[in-house]
Formats: sequence, structure tokens, C-alpha cells
Amino acid sequence: MSLLEVEGLEVHYGGIRAVKGVDLVVDEGELVCLIGANGAGKTSTLKAICGLLPSHSGSVRYSGQEISKKPVYELPRRGLVLVPEGRGVFPQLTVAENLAMGAYARRDGDVARDLERMHGLFPRLAERRSQTAGTLSGGEQQMLAIGRALMSRPRLLLLDEPSMGLAPLMVAKILEIVREIARQGVTILLVEQNAKLALEIAGRGYVMESGVLALAADSKSLLADPRVRQAYLGEGAA
Amino acid sequence: MSARAKPPPVVFWSAMVLIVAVLIVLPFALTQIGTTWVRVTNLALLYVMLALGLNIVVGFAGLLDLGYIAFYGIGAYTYALLASPHFGLHLPFWVILPIGAAMASLFGVLLGAPTLKLRGDYLAIVTLGFGEIIRIFLNNLARPINITNGPQGIIGIDPFRIDGFSFASYQKIFGLEFSGPTKYYYLIVALVAVIIALNLRLQNSRIGRAWEAIREDETAARAMGINTTNLKLLAYAMGASFGGLAGGVFAAIQEFISPESFVLVESIMVVSMVVLGGMGNVWGVVLGAVLLSFVPDILRFTVQPVQQWMFGRMLIEPEVIRMLLFGLALVLVMLFRPAGLLPSAVRKRELAERAE
Repeated sequence: MSLLEVEGLEVHYGGIRAVKGVDLVVDEGELVCLIGANGAGKTSTLKAICGLLPSHSGSVRYSGQEISKKPVYELPRRGLVLVPEGRGVFPQLTVAENLAMGAYARRDGDVARDLERMHGLFPRLAERRSQTAGTLSGGEQQMLAIGRALMSRPRLLLLDEPSMGLAPLMVAKILEIVREIARQGVTILLVEQNAKLALEIAGRGYVMESGVLALAADSKSLLADPRVRQAYLGEGAA
Repeated sequence: MSARAKPPPVVFWSAMVLIVAVLIVLPFALTQIGTTWVRVTNLALLYVMLALGLNIVVGFAGLLDLGYIAFYGIGAYTYALLASPHFGLHLPFWVILPIGAAMASLFGVLLGAPTLKLRGDYLAIVTLGFGEIIRIFLNNLARPINITNGPQGIIGIDPFRIDGFSFASYQKIFGLEFSGPTKYYYLIVALVAVIIALNLRLQNSRIGRAWEAIREDETAARAMGINTTNLKLLAYAMGASFGGLAGGVFAAIQEFISPESFVLVESIMVVSMVVLGGMGNVWGVVLGAVLLSFVPDILRFTVQPVQQWMFGRMLIEPEVIRMLLFGLALVLVMLFRPAGLLPSAVRKRELAERAE
């Protein structure tokens, strides 16, 4: 049984079918990426998985249980956490308060230790712990958003375009952190437009095109696939 | 959470003792000037209750509500209908006040449920409409069955009574003279104290932090595992219940209510108290409510003599001066202290960041 099993997922915006029957699986311990161009339906897929968008049809099973009809707020308690697109930090709260808010769904009192762990993982956040999140740079906000999600001790982390709007150096850094988190045993489904970097850290990848999965393979073969190279890696038609 | 600088306990407790002493002596001092002033104080304290209730909705959860006075009206009418000759019902006040608060919070949920997805301006418009709907209902529920007695309002409402002890009448206890308003004063002060304590506790609770997250970013709050639906409804319900409670006390003090007491301007006044004092800061809201509710009465008693003395006759009506000063005060506060007189910690940060 896979940790996450999506079958025939469809998302409609009024009459527009944004996601037209997506099947994907993520196994425990995997780092899987979902790549595709702008408007391919990646974010919609992710939002539908965690219930932020209502799915039109299809099923989403998380550790064997159907969750597509479950309310969003219940999922973090079960270890499924989304880092939303555009980061979504609480701008007027301090870094420390943002991180503490991440542990909201937890009932145990061991938050202080996890806070220390986050400071180890993100030294930049430790330096800025009493600064408000709104004053951080884009990259630091992304770190904070990821750190906040980790505070809930997720089993499955859904990352929506963590590289969005960041400088190339920062993108590499963020994705390095994502790889590190996966190494520590968190299962990750990563949605990215930056196909090359995403495939370099992920074990497997799905390629999404106008609402359907066009390709699914391990990262190596996707990186070598001429169609992927042409469409996403910026290589001109041979 | 951030550590707030706390005064040493000695300072804190002596300040508390001083405040309590002042609050105890206040009605007797005011009676020396005139019993009216005790009445004025009571009404001001009711506004404090209202402002603290609205602060939960606006200050904590960040949901703008321009129809808040409707809950005051619902509380007042609940009390009036259950304790007046209108239906011939005379239930004791300790039974009705909770009913009034419950009715108000029920309507709070009724207002909250359909507006869950609205924010900012759109929410303001819907809540404004809600406030007007309630007022118009109160005005028109006289036919075909006479429930609210329409614009004439309800008269002869029972004052608070426990057996032979009435809050409305003059009485001598232990050689001290207690007027009706003085007795109500102590009751209201106690209620306000409870509401302040609740507000302070809520702010730093799990619920308070969740409200804070919702105010900052609702989607992120949901992704954090916060049940935004229930928490927003809770904010509406709790805010409304304080309004309902204040309404019940208002009906008993006045012994007469009509829909005219629950007009839009009243809602705007309460919002102004919250904004002027400092959204989200309990003490700021208390200050805002006290200032805005006392100033008109102080003006009423000073404008005329001052003008007589300066010009030999009255040039400007007190009411006109009141609105003039009120507008001026709001403009000045928003220019120089945009987060309110006593801003909340979070909003103060916002201000500091802008100044950088």
C-alpha cells in the first residue's frame, strides 16, 4: 500500500476542466516531483489532494484512507501537510510565532525541541527568530514556510513550487533543504516548474500537461527523455 | 509567543488595588455631582462591554462587522419581551440574561455561516445589511402578531430584582446611600471585569492564536490544521453573546427600549471605539469605549456654559460640536497613531516596520 494514492482525480473550475483524471502514487519515504508548465494543473492537483479545492471526481487515499471528502484542517493531524504556493507565512507574526503555529495540530508538548531542530536546519531563521515574517526575504520566507510545516511532524509533505520567485542561488539552496528533509525520512510530493532541479533531487517524477499526466518515470530517464529536454529543460528542437 | 515586558508584581498589584478602589468609590463621588453621571457611567460601561465583544470579532479574528449593534438589540428585546407587561412575562433577570446572550450568539452564527467566505469590504456590506435587517424587523414585527410593538417600543420593562432587593430603587445599606444607578453600576462593573478577564485569557489561548492565524492568512491557517469554519463562527458567537448580555442590562436600566436605540450610527460608534482604542488590545478597546462614550456627555454639560462665557450666547449646538470633534479625533488618531491609542503588540510591530 502506498502512502498516497490518487486515482482519476478531476478538478473543475466552473466549466473548465483543469485536472482531467490524474493517477499518481507516492510511496513511504519517496521524494516524488510533479513538473509541468504554467497552467498545466499542478497546483490544482495538489490543492485537491489536501482538500483546499473540491475535487470533481476521483479518489485520494492517504495511508489507505479516503480523504477527498475530509475537511482540510484534519489532515495535518494525520501528518499530511501542505506548504502553499506563495509561501503563506503569517506576515505580522514573528518567525518564532510562525513556527509555533505550525505545531498547532499537535497535542504533545514537545514543541520546544522541534523549534531547536528547525533552528538547526535553518540557521537563517534562528538569527531572525524575533523578526516578523513579513520582513524576511523571499527565500527566508520559503524556509519559514517549510520549517513551519515541519513543526507539525508531517509524514507526507506537499510542497507547492518552493522555488517560485527566488533567485537561482536561493532556489538551489531551498531544493537542497528539501532533499535533506527527504533524507530525514519525510515523504515529499514536490510540485515544481523548475524541472531540472526538481528531477535532480527527486527519485521519480510525473510530467503534467494541460490537465493530464503525460509522462511518469524515474528521474534519470525523465532527465534523458528528449520530450522533457525539449519542453522543460530549454533545449531547442533537434 | 513573544515575551511581553511585565511590570514587577508590586507595581502591578498596587496599581490593581488602586484601580479597584477608584472603581468602588467612583459612583459615590459621581453622585455628589449628580446621579445623572452615574447613569452616564453605566451606559459608558455598557459600551465597554459592546466594544470588547466586537473586539473579539474585529480585533482578534479580523472580521469587520458593521452591524454589531443588532446583537445589542437582540439581547435588549429578549430581555424586554420576557420581563415586561407586553407579554405579561416576568422571568428573573438571571434567567433572561443568559437567554439573551444565547439568542445573540445564535444570530451571530446565523450571520457568520453565510459570510464565511467573505472578507474585508464585502463582509462589511453584508454585516451592515444584517444590522439594518434586524432593526427593520424590530420596527415591523408589530403586525399581524404584535411581537415587538413596532416603533413605539416596549415600556415598563422590569428592573433587575432578587426577591425583595431591587436594583432600581434607592436604598440605605450599612448607612451608605445607594441610588438605583449605583447598584447597577456595581453589577455592570462586575460583568465588565468578567468580560475583560475572558478577553485576556482568550487572547493568549489556543483559540486566540488560531484567530490570529486566520486574520493573517486564512489559507495558511487551514493548511496548519486550524478549523477555520468553526473558529470564525465561534468568534461571531462569542462577540455577539457579549453584545446580547449588554443589551439585556441596557433594557433593564432604561426600562424602555425601541428600535431607535439600535441604529447604524451605534454600530459605527462601537467600531470607532475599537479602532480608536486599538484593535486587538483589550485595554486599548476599553479606553476607546470610555473616551467615546463619555466625551459627548461632558460636552453636553460644558459646551453651553463655555460659549455663554466666551460669546455671551450659544453659537453652535453641542450635538454639532460633538460630531465635529469626533471626526477630528478620528482623523488625528489615524494620522498619528494609526494602530489606535493603545495598539496591540502585533499591530504595533506593523507600525514599527513601516517606520523603518
